[in-house]
Amino acid sequence: MLQSLRVILARQAALSPRLCPALCSLDGACSGKRFYTPPNAERKKFYEHVSISQGEGGFEINLDRRKLRTPLGKVFVVPSEPLALAVATEWDSQKDTIKFFTMHLTTLCNTALDNPTQRNKEQLIKASLKFLDTDTICYRVEEPPGLVELQRNEWDPVLQWAEKRYDVLIGSSTSIMGPVIPPETKDVFQRHLASYNSWALLGVEFITTQLKSLVLSMSLVDRFLTVEKAVILSRLEEEYQIERWGNVEWAHDYDKHELCARTAAGTLFIHLCSSSSSIKHKLLQD
Amino acid sequence: MAALGSPLHVYRRLLQELRHLHGPERYKNTAACNYIREQFRKYQVTSEKLCLAQQELQFQASTYSCLLQNVRNHLSLHEEFHAKGERSPEEVAGLVGLKLPQQPGGKGWET
Repeated sequence: MLQSLRVILARQAALSPRLCPALCSLDGACSGKRFYTPPNAERKKFYEHVSISQGEGGFEINLDRRKLRTPLGKVFVVPSEPLALAVATEWDSQKDTIKFFTMHLTTLCNTALDNPTQRNKEQLIKASLKFLDTDTICYRVEEPPGLVELQRNEWDPVLQWAEKRYDVLIGSSTSIMGPVIPPETKDVFQRHLASYNSWALLGVEFITTQLKSLVLSMSLVDRFLTVEKAVILSRLEEEYQIERWGNVEWAHDYDKHELCARTAAGTLFIHLCSSSSSIKHKLLQD
Repeated sequence: MAALGSPLHVYRRLLQELRHLHGPERYKNTAACNYIREQFRKYQVTSEKLCLAQQELQFQASTYSCLLQNVRNHLSLHEEFHAKGERSPEEVAGLVGLKLPQQPGGKGWET
């Protein structure tokens, strides 16, 4: 087909010289060049050494001798040392260009510091709670039987855990409207979420939007599930279809790794921002 | 509580990811590696049957190694399939195991 297209184009090109560029680009494509190459959005790596230092109000990142700043120009300060180290590792592991799309922790910290959409704690809680009405693990299918069973076996334990842990009713439904969540349940989650600081809440909202499930997010916050497991549960139907129809590396695996990375970053971010670790040494008994 | 495996296993997996990031020699001297080593030492010995601090650490460590591992895999898939822009028709056909015809009306498998 391409060949015939080229013949037609060649004929037309003889008539109108304006079509020549189109023909050239087609020829270029045939000789192994790509039609479209994305603009180089990655920045060149402009530093050698990355270190962290303790400043006022937290830990800062230094690229060579200069302080790292957020997109809005604030000094990049994070509240905990391990978080600063993890961010520094992200910067340190960049090779020739800086690939921002792989630096999830840096992105989260930037959002928390700059707060570009000017949201307060209440709005963050509301954004997470919104997902409870359409929580992934509360929506069930009626067919095919294999998937019905899979959803029951995999999702029910998590749902039961959440109902017991927070002493609430959530329930599941096969209706398109989803389950009816009692207002008390929302109140309980709202009160619980209000006890987190705004950094941790940003993380909760982030992983909730990734997993499309508040219940799965809370199971990560409470360390009931590992990140890998939560991601599998969130993609349960896709996993089922993959098992049946086969895996496509550049779509399924690509999405899965990205989702895993984002969820892990969000979870780590919550734990590192909300933990106030203290060490209690045991007294030796005589 | 999530099943995480033994602390040693988590620790090894994490160091392995750091080695991927920084190379076989350099990773040993990075601040992150020192910090992880120190933390694991601190919570290593305890006579308690259930030690929350150790489990917390283990969960964080396994989450972090999950993050590093998936960023690495995602980046390698990105570079292989998505980073270089649109593919030529030959390459697209090749991805799904087909060939383009050599002559008008051909099916692609004739020589």
